[in-house]
Amino acid sequence: MSDTSGDWPLYEVFLRGKRGLNHVHVGSLHAADAQMALHHARDVYTRRNEGVSIWVVASRDITASSPDEKDPFFAPSGDKVYRHPTFYAIPDNVPHM
Amino acid sequence: MDTYDAYQAITDVTEDQRWAFGAAIRRPALRRRYDDPGRCRRRRTCAPIAKCSVTTHFSLSHRLQQWVAHAPELEEEAALANIALDLLGQARFLLARAGTVDGSGRTEDDYAFQRGPAQFRHVRLVELVDSDFGVAMARLLVFSTWRLAVLDRLRASRDPVLAAIADKGVKEVTYHREYAAQWVIRLGDGTEFSHRRVQAALDQIAPFVGELFTDSDVETRLAAAGVGVRPSETRAEFDAALDAVLSAATRALSGVVGVWRSDED
Repeated sequence: MSDTSGDWPLYEVFLRGKRGLNHVHVGSLHAADAQMALHHARDVYTRRNEGVSIWVVASRDITASSPDEKDPFFAPSGDKVYRHPTFYAIPDNVPHM
Repeated sequence: MDTYDAYQAITDVTEDQRWAFGAAIRRPALRRRYDDPGRCRRRRTCAPIAKCSVTTHFSLSHRLQQWVAHAPELEEEAALANIALDLLGQARFLLARAGTVDGSGRTEDDYAFQRGPAQFRHVRLVELVDSDFGVAMARLLVFSTWRLAVLDRLRASRDPVLAAIADKGVKEVTYHREYAAQWVIRLGDGTEFSHRRVQAALDQIAPFVGELFTDSDVETRLAAAGVGVRPSETRAEFDAALDAVLSAATRALSGVVGVWRSDED
Protein backbone atom coordinates (compact mmCIF):
# COMPACT_ATOMS: atom_id res chain seq x y z
CA MET A 1 0.00 0.00 0.00
CA SER A 2 2.34 2.65 -1.21
CA ASP A 3 -0.38 5.09 -2.17
CA THR A 4 -1.83 6.43 1.05
CA SER A 5 -3.26 9.66 -0.19
CA GLY A 6 -6.65 10.55 -1.53
CA ASP A 7 -9.77 8.47 -2.03
CA TRP A 8 -9.94 4.77 -2.54
CA PRO A 9 -10.33 3.72 -6.18
CA LEU A 10 -13.68 2.76 -7.61
CA TYR A 11 -14.77 -0.87 -8.18
CA GLU A 12 -17.73 -2.15 -10.19
CA VAL A 13 -19.83 -4.88 -8.57
CA PHE A 14 -21.49 -7.81 -10.33
CA LEU A 15 -23.82 -10.23 -8.57
CA ARG A 16 -25.26 -13.57 -9.53
CA GLY A 17 -28.62 -14.45 -8.06
CA LYS A 18 -29.92 -17.80 -7.04
CA ARG A 19 -31.50 -18.70 -10.35
CA GLY A 20 -28.20 -19.34 -12.01
CA LEU A 21 -28.35 -16.28 -14.22
CA ASN A 22 -25.30 -14.38 -15.37
CA HIS A 23 -23.54 -11.99 -13.07
CA VAL A 24 -25.31 -8.66 -13.37
CA HIS A 25 -23.87 -5.22 -12.77
CA VAL A 26 -25.50 -3.73 -9.67
CA GLY A 27 -23.39 -0.70 -8.85
CA SER A 28 -20.02 0.49 -7.69
CA LEU A 29 -18.14 1.21 -4.49
CA HIS A 30 -14.83 2.43 -3.14
CA ALA A 31 -12.19 0.09 -1.73
CA ALA A 32 -8.44 0.06 -1.19
CA ASP A 33 -7.96 -3.20 -3.08
CA ALA A 34 -9.90 -6.02 -4.68
CA GLN A 35 -10.20 -8.08 -1.52
CA MET A 36 -11.66 -5.16 0.39
CA ALA A 37 -13.97 -4.49 -2.54
CA LEU A 38 -15.35 -8.03 -2.20
CA HIS A 39 -16.05 -7.44 1.49
CA HIS A 40 -17.68 -4.11 0.79
CA ALA A 41 -19.79 -5.60 -1.99
CA ARG A 42 -20.99 -8.26 0.39
CA ASP A 43 -21.86 -5.65 3.01
CA VAL A 44 -23.45 -3.10 0.71
CA TYR A 45 -25.10 -5.09 -2.09
CA THR A 46 -26.12 -8.46 -0.62
CA ARG A 47 -27.87 -7.40 2.56
CA ARG A 48 -31.25 -8.52 1.27
CA ASN A 49 -30.25 -11.94 0.06
CA GLU A 50 -29.70 -10.82 -3.52
CA GLY A 51 -26.73 -12.91 -4.47
CA VAL A 52 -24.74 -16.10 -4.16
CA SER A 53 -21.67 -14.96 -6.07
CA ILE A 54 -19.85 -11.64 -6.35
CA TRP A 55 -17.41 -10.32 -8.93
CA VAL A 56 -15.59 -7.03 -8.46
CA VAL A 57 -13.60 -5.26 -11.16
CA ALA A 58 -11.59 -2.08 -10.83
CA SER A 59 -13.46 0.54 -12.80
CA ARG A 60 -10.22 1.70 -14.42
CA ASP A 61 -9.79 -1.78 -15.95
CA ILE A 62 -13.02 -1.55 -17.91
CA THR A 63 -12.74 -0.46 -21.52
CA ALA A 64 -16.04 0.98 -22.63
CA SER A 65 -17.49 2.02 -25.97
CA SER A 66 -17.93 5.73 -26.35
CA PRO A 67 -21.28 7.44 -26.89
CA ASP A 68 -19.65 9.21 -29.84
CA GLU A 69 -19.26 5.86 -31.56
CA LYS A 70 -22.88 4.92 -31.06
CA ASP A 71 -23.94 5.18 -34.68
CA PRO A 72 -20.97 3.47 -36.34
CA PHE A 73 -21.04 0.79 -33.65
CA PHE A 74 -24.72 -0.01 -33.34
CA ALA A 75 -26.82 1.59 -36.03
CA PRO A 76 -25.75 -0.82 -38.82
CA SER A 77 -27.33 -3.80 -37.03
CA GLY A 78 -30.63 -1.98 -36.62
CA ASP A 79 -32.12 -3.01 -39.95
CA LYS A 80 -30.71 -6.53 -40.29
CA VAL A 81 -33.89 -8.34 -39.31
CA TYR A 82 -32.66 -11.50 -41.03
CA ARG A 83 -30.17 -11.93 -38.18
CA HIS A 84 -33.00 -12.72 -35.79
CA PRO A 85 -33.93 -16.40 -35.88
CA THR A 86 -37.63 -15.72 -36.39
CA PHE A 87 -38.22 -17.32 -39.78
CA TYR A 88 -38.96 -20.86 -38.72
CA ALA A 89 -41.48 -22.55 -36.46
CA ILE A 90 -40.33 -23.86 -33.09
CA PRO A 91 -41.54 -27.41 -32.45
CA ASP A 92 -43.92 -27.70 -29.51
CA ASN A 93 -41.62 -30.02 -27.59
CA VAL A 94 -38.73 -27.56 -27.43
CA PRO A 95 -38.93 -25.90 -24.01
CA HIS A 96 -37.60 -22.57 -22.73
CA MET A 97 -37.66 -20.70 -26.00
CA MET B 1 -38.60 -8.37 -17.29
CA ASP B 2 -37.01 -4.96 -17.58
CA THR B 3 -33.43 -5.76 -18.47
CA TYR B 4 -32.24 -2.51 -16.96
CA ASP B 5 -33.49 -3.36 -13.51
CA ALA B 6 -30.48 -5.19 -12.16
CA TYR B 7 -32.05 -6.01 -8.86
CA GLN B 8 -35.06 -7.58 -10.45
CA ALA B 9 -32.79 -9.65 -12.62
CA ILE B 10 -30.87 -11.11 -9.73
CA THR B 11 -33.50 -11.60 -7.10
CA ASP B 12 -35.34 -14.86 -7.03
CA VAL B 13 -38.84 -13.50 -6.87
CA THR B 14 -42.33 -13.67 -8.15
CA GLU B 15 -44.71 -10.77 -7.92
CA ASP B 16 -45.94 -11.61 -4.42
CA GLN B 17 -42.55 -12.67 -3.13
CA ARG B 18 -40.32 -9.62 -3.38
CA TRP B 19 -37.21 -9.39 -1.27
CA ALA B 20 -38.32 -5.94 -0.20
CA PHE B 21 -40.95 -7.60 1.94
CA GLY B 22 -38.58 -10.15 3.30
CA ALA B 23 -40.45 -13.09 1.82
CA ALA B 24 -37.51 -14.33 -0.21
CA ILE B 25 -35.34 -14.56 2.87
CA ARG B 26 -35.48 -17.99 4.38
CA ARG B 27 -36.69 -17.94 7.91
CA PRO B 28 -34.32 -19.67 10.27
CA ALA B 29 -35.55 -23.00 11.51
CA LEU B 30 -35.19 -21.83 15.07
CA ARG B 31 -38.00 -19.37 14.53
CA ARG B 32 -40.40 -22.27 14.63
CA ARG B 33 -38.81 -24.07 17.53
CA TYR B 34 -38.61 -20.87 19.39
CA ASP B 35 -41.89 -21.13 21.22
CA ASP B 36 -41.23 -24.69 22.21
CA PRO B 37 -41.69 -24.63 25.98
CA GLY B 38 -38.18 -25.96 26.28
CA ARG B 39 -36.92 -29.47 26.18
CA CYS B 40 -33.84 -28.52 28.09
CA ARG B 41 -33.66 -30.93 31.01
CA ARG B 42 -32.17 -28.44 33.40
CA ARG B 43 -34.43 -25.62 32.57
CA ARG B 44 -33.54 -23.39 35.46
CA THR B 45 -29.84 -23.57 34.76
CA CYS B 46 -30.19 -22.60 31.12
CA ALA B 47 -31.15 -19.05 31.83
CA PRO B 48 -27.95 -17.62 33.30
CA ILE B 49 -25.72 -18.55 30.40
CA ALA B 50 -28.23 -17.17 27.97
CA LYS B 51 -28.47 -13.94 29.91
CA CYS B 52 -24.73 -13.58 30.27
CA SER B 53 -24.14 -14.25 26.58
CA VAL B 54 -26.94 -12.04 25.59
CA THR B 55 -25.87 -8.89 27.32
CA THR B 56 -22.39 -9.47 25.95
CA HIS B 57 -23.75 -9.58 22.40
CA PHE B 58 -26.20 -6.79 23.17
CA SER B 59 -23.58 -4.41 24.56
CA LEU B 60 -21.05 -4.89 21.76
CA SER B 61 -23.85 -4.41 19.26
CA HIS B 62 -24.47 -0.99 20.76
CA ARG B 63 -20.79 -0.08 20.73
CA LEU B 64 -20.70 -0.91 17.01
CA GLN B 65 -23.88 1.05 16.38
CA GLN B 66 -22.11 4.12 17.73
CA TRP B 67 -19.98 4.06 14.58
CA VAL B 68 -22.98 4.66 12.36
CA ALA B 69 -22.65 8.17 10.91
CA HIS B 70 -19.04 8.28 12.17
CA ALA B 71 -17.30 5.50 10.23
CA PRO B 72 -14.37 6.45 8.01
CA GLU B 73 -16.08 5.32 4.80
CA LEU B 74 -19.67 4.71 3.79
CA GLU B 75 -18.91 1.09 2.97
CA GLU B 76 -17.33 0.48 6.39
CA GLU B 77 -20.35 2.02 8.00
CA ALA B 78 -22.62 -0.48 6.29
CA ALA B 79 -20.29 -3.28 7.35
CA LEU B 80 -20.26 -2.20 11.00
CA ALA B 81 -24.03 -1.77 11.02
CA ASN B 82 -24.47 -5.24 9.54
CA ILE B 83 -22.30 -6.75 12.25
CA ALA B 84 -24.12 -4.81 14.96
CA LEU B 85 -27.44 -6.10 13.62
CA ASP B 86 -26.18 -9.69 13.52
CA LEU B 87 -25.18 -9.44 17.18
CA LEU B 88 -28.44 -7.78 18.11
CA GLY B 89 -30.33 -10.58 16.38
CA GLN B 90 -28.40 -13.19 18.35
CA ALA B 91 -29.05 -11.20 21.52
CA ARG B 92 -32.80 -11.14 20.86
CA PHE B 93 -33.00 -14.90 20.40
CA LEU B 94 -30.97 -15.50 23.55
CA LEU B 95 -32.99 -13.01 25.60
CA ALA B 96 -36.30 -14.47 24.56
CA ARG B 97 -34.96 -17.94 25.28
CA ALA B 98 -33.88 -16.83 28.74
CA GLY B 99 -37.37 -15.49 29.47
CA THR B 100 -38.93 -18.78 28.40
CA VAL B 101 -36.52 -21.07 30.22
CA ASP B 102 -36.46 -19.37 33.61
CA GLY B 103 -40.24 -19.50 33.74
CA SER B 104 -40.57 -15.80 34.44
CA GLY B 105 -42.24 -15.06 31.14
CA ARG B 106 -40.11 -11.95 30.74
CA THR B 107 -39.70 -10.69 27.20
CA GLU B 108 -36.53 -9.63 25.41
CA ASP B 109 -37.40 -6.01 26.12
CA ASP B 110 -37.62 -6.70 29.85
CA TYR B 111 -34.05 -7.91 29.86
CA ALA B 112 -32.71 -5.34 27.42
CA PHE B 113 -34.44 -2.17 28.53
CA GLN B 114 -36.04 -2.69 31.93
CA ARG B 115 -32.87 -3.38 33.87
CA GLY B 116 -30.42 -0.99 35.46
CA PRO B 117 -26.75 -0.84 34.50
CA ALA B 118 -25.73 -2.86 37.57
CA GLN B 119 -27.91 -5.77 36.47
CA PHE B 120 -26.16 -6.19 33.17
CA ARG B 121 -23.80 -9.16 32.98
CA HIS B 122 -21.14 -9.01 30.34
CA VAL B 123 -17.40 -9.20 29.89
CA ARG B 124 -15.59 -5.91 30.35
CA LEU B 125 -14.11 -6.17 26.88
CA VAL B 126 -17.42 -5.04 25.37
CA GLU B 127 -17.69 -2.00 27.63
CA LEU B 128 -14.61 -0.29 26.20
CA VAL B 129 -15.30 2.87 24.28
CA ASP B 130 -13.68 2.79 20.84
CA SER B 131 -11.13 5.58 20.92
CA ASP B 132 -10.33 4.95 17.26
CA PHE B 133 -11.04 2.56 14.39
CA GLY B 134 -8.03 0.44 15.34
CA VAL B 135 -9.49 -0.28 18.77
CA ALA B 136 -12.83 -1.16 17.20
CA MET B 137 -11.18 -3.66 14.85
CA ALA B 138 -8.80 -5.14 17.44
CA ARG B 139 -11.68 -5.59 19.88
CA LEU B 140 -13.91 -7.11 17.22
CA LEU B 141 -11.14 -9.52 16.24
CA VAL B 142 -10.68 -10.68 19.82
CA PHE B 143 -14.40 -10.82 20.52
CA SER B 144 -15.37 -12.74 17.39
CA THR B 145 -12.49 -15.18 17.69
CA TRP B 146 -13.58 -15.96 21.24
CA ARG B 147 -17.31 -16.10 20.47
CA LEU B 148 -16.76 -18.25 17.41
CA ALA B 149 -14.96 -20.87 19.50
CA VAL B 150 -17.72 -20.79 22.12
CA LEU B 151 -20.62 -20.84 19.66
CA ASP B 152 -19.00 -23.64 17.70
CA ARG B 153 -19.07 -25.82 20.82
CA LEU B 154 -22.52 -24.61 21.80
CA ARG B 155 -23.89 -26.18 18.63
CA ALA B 156 -23.69 -29.50 20.44
CA SER B 157 -25.73 -28.21 23.38
CA ARG B 158 -28.47 -30.45 24.71
CA ASP B 159 -30.76 -27.45 24.67
CA PRO B 160 -32.06 -27.52 21.09
CA VAL B 161 -32.82 -23.81 21.01
CA LEU B 162 -29.38 -22.81 22.22
CA ALA B 163 -27.89 -25.20 19.67
CA ALA B 164 -29.96 -23.64 16.89
CA ILE B 165 -29.01 -20.09 17.95
CA ALA B 166 -25.35 -21.13 18.01
CA ASP B 167 -25.60 -22.72 14.59
CA LYS B 168 -26.96 -19.50 13.13
CA GLY B 169 -24.40 -17.43 15.02
CA VAL B 170 -21.38 -19.39 13.83
CA LYS B 171 -21.96 -18.37 10.22
CA GLU B 172 -22.37 -14.72 11.16
CA VAL B 173 -19.45 -14.51 13.56
CA THR B 174 -17.18 -16.29 11.08
CA TYR B 175 -17.66 -13.33 8.76
CA HIS B 176 -17.18 -10.82 11.59
CA ARG B 177 -13.84 -12.39 12.39
CA GLU B 178 -12.73 -12.36 8.78
CA TYR B 179 -13.73 -8.72 8.48
CA ALA B 180 -11.86 -7.70 11.65
CA ALA B 181 -8.83 -9.83 10.81
CA GLN B 182 -8.36 -8.29 7.38
CA TRP B 183 -8.52 -4.83 8.94
CA VAL B 184 -6.04 -5.60 11.70
CA ILE B 185 -3.62 -7.04 9.13
CA ARG B 186 -4.24 -4.12 6.81
CA LEU B 187 -3.59 -1.56 9.52
CA GLY B 188 -0.53 -3.48 10.70
CA ASP B 189 0.89 -3.48 7.18
CA GLY B 190 -0.19 0.05 6.35
CA THR B 191 1.70 3.17 7.30
CA GLU B 192 3.95 3.78 10.26
CA PHE B 193 1.04 5.63 11.81
CA SER B 194 -1.57 2.89 11.30
CA HIS B 195 0.84 0.23 12.52
CA ARG B 196 1.52 2.16 15.70
CA ARG B 197 -2.17 2.80 16.31
CA VAL B 198 -3.33 -0.77 15.84
CA GLN B 199 -0.46 -2.02 17.99
CA ALA B 200 -1.56 0.43 20.69
CA ALA B 201 -5.13 -0.83 20.29
CA LEU B 202 -4.05 -4.43 20.82
CA ASP B 203 -2.06 -3.39 23.87
CA GLN B 204 -5.07 -1.53 25.22
CA ILE B 205 -7.42 -4.50 25.07
CA ALA B 206 -4.88 -7.12 26.15
CA PRO B 207 -5.76 -6.78 29.87
CA PHE B 208 -9.40 -7.63 29.11
CA VAL B 209 -8.64 -10.92 27.37
CA GLY B 210 -8.07 -13.07 30.45
CA GLU B 211 -11.62 -12.57 31.66
CA LEU B 212 -13.03 -14.13 28.51
CA PHE B 213 -11.63 -17.51 29.52
CA THR B 214 -12.60 -17.50 33.17
CA ASP B 215 -15.23 -20.12 33.98
CA SER B 216 -18.03 -18.99 36.24
CA ASP B 217 -19.78 -21.48 38.52
CA VAL B 218 -22.80 -21.36 36.28
CA GLU B 219 -20.77 -22.09 33.17
CA THR B 220 -19.00 -24.99 34.82
CA ARG B 221 -22.32 -26.45 35.97
CA LEU B 222 -23.94 -26.00 32.56
CA ALA B 223 -20.99 -27.54 30.76
CA ALA B 224 -21.17 -30.56 33.06
CA ALA B 225 -24.85 -30.88 32.15
CA GLY B 226 -24.04 -30.84 28.45
CA VAL B 227 -25.92 -27.57 27.97
CA GLY B 228 -23.22 -24.92 28.06
CA VAL B 229 -19.57 -24.43 27.26
CA ARG B 230 -16.64 -23.73 29.55
CA PRO B 231 -14.89 -20.70 28.02
CA SER B 232 -11.52 -21.93 29.33
CA GLU B 233 -11.76 -24.84 26.85
CA THR B 234 -11.57 -22.39 23.96
CA ARG B 235 -8.30 -20.72 24.98
CA ALA B 236 -6.00 -22.87 22.85
CA GLU B 237 -8.15 -22.36 19.77
CA PHE B 238 -8.26 -18.63 20.44
CA ASP B 239 -4.47 -18.38 20.80
CA ALA B 240 -3.87 -20.30 17.59
CA ALA B 241 -6.31 -18.13 15.62
CA LEU B 242 -4.87 -14.89 17.02
CA ASP B 243 -1.35 -16.08 16.28
CA ALA B 244 -2.31 -16.81 12.70
CA VAL B 245 -3.81 -13.35 12.17
CA LEU B 246 -1.14 -11.33 13.92
CA SER B 247 1.71 -13.15 12.22
CA ALA B 248 0.01 -12.81 8.82
CA ALA B 249 0.86 -9.13 8.83
CA THR B 250 4.15 -8.71 7.00
CA ARG B 251 5.11 -6.16 9.61
CA ALA B 252 4.36 -8.56 12.40
CA LEU B 253 2.32 -7.47 15.34
CA SER B 254 4.14 -10.26 17.08
CA GLY B 255 4.83 -8.38 20.27
CA VAL B 256 1.16 -8.80 21.06
CA VAL B 257 1.16 -12.57 20.82
CA GLY B 258 3.35 -12.77 23.87
CA VAL B 259 0.92 -10.61 25.78
CA TRP B 260 -2.01 -12.91 25.05
CA ARG B 261 -0.03 -15.93 26.17
CA SER B 262 1.40 -14.47 29.34
CA ASP B 263 -2.09 -13.49 30.31
CA GLU B 264 -2.83 -17.11 31.08
CA ASP B 265 0.33 -17.95 32.97
